[in-house]
Amino acid sequence: MAMRTPLKNVRRLGSAKEGTDHFWRQRLTSVALLLLLPFMLWIALAIVGAEYETVVRTLGNPVVSILLVLFILTGVLHMRLGMQVIIEDYVHTEGAKVALLMLNTFFAAVVGLASIYAVLKLSFGVAI
Amino acid sequence: MAEAKARGLPRTERPLSPHLQIYAPLINMVMSIVHRITGGALYFGTLLLAWWLLAAATGPQHLATANWFFGSIIGQIVLFGYTWALIHHALGGIRHLIWDTVHGFDLKTVDTLCWSTILGSVTLTVLLWAGIYFLGGGR
Repeated sequence: MAMRTPLKNVRRLGSAKEGTDHFWRQRLTSVALLLLLPFMLWIALAIVGAEYETVVRTLGNPVVSILLVLFILTGVLHMRLGMQVIIEDYVHTEGAKVALLMLNTFFAAVVGLASIYAVLKLSFGVAI
Repeated sequence: MAEAKARGLPRTERPLSPHLQIYAPLINMVMSIVHRITGGALYFGTLLLAWWLLAAATGPQHLATANWFFGSIIGQIVLFGYTWALIHHALGGIRHLIWDTVHGFDLKTVDTLCWSTILGSVTLTVLLWAGIYFLGGGR
């Protein structure tokens, strides 16, 4: 017979109240990135040294655009989790740690949104 | 140690606490460190990707400027390092996913997986760049 109450079970998330959330998201994004990486390398090979029109037409292709946005989104989520661990491992001053963790999120958000904005602009049309 | 001293045996100097510099660099340790370093490098390398994409979305002149940088010697070295870091971190990730299934922890498999990571990443990077120079005529 289980000695835990149902409430105890649902609350079983550890002291940070996040359970295995960080670990799981890191793995989930890593698998997604591994699936997307071959496509990204293929796209890079397709446009390397190409004319501007070819670059814009290739990146503006709906399938390529969607794959690029997925790659960027998954990438910044993954790298934010990774950098969070690095900061928590090496920065022990509370103030500096909190500041860097905030900067980490800002950096990932800005880089991610700027890149996605660029891809969508290419996809929705840019004056050639 | 105290026991050894009492018996009059020669005292062996042993490290009291683990420090990085007293470990012989084993391949799994090196690959672990390199995995973190490549991850950190890729983190800041996304700035280059964002810059290039924004340049492409802004117009031909801006893309030409970005391509001029990436085509320069420094740009090519940075890009080569970036692709190696990307491929190395990806292969290291596969190794970690295998270990997540609680398989491959016997020493022989650990060594094989770690050596495969570095040999695989260098081989794939060289092949990719051979492809780039072949397709892009050195750009």
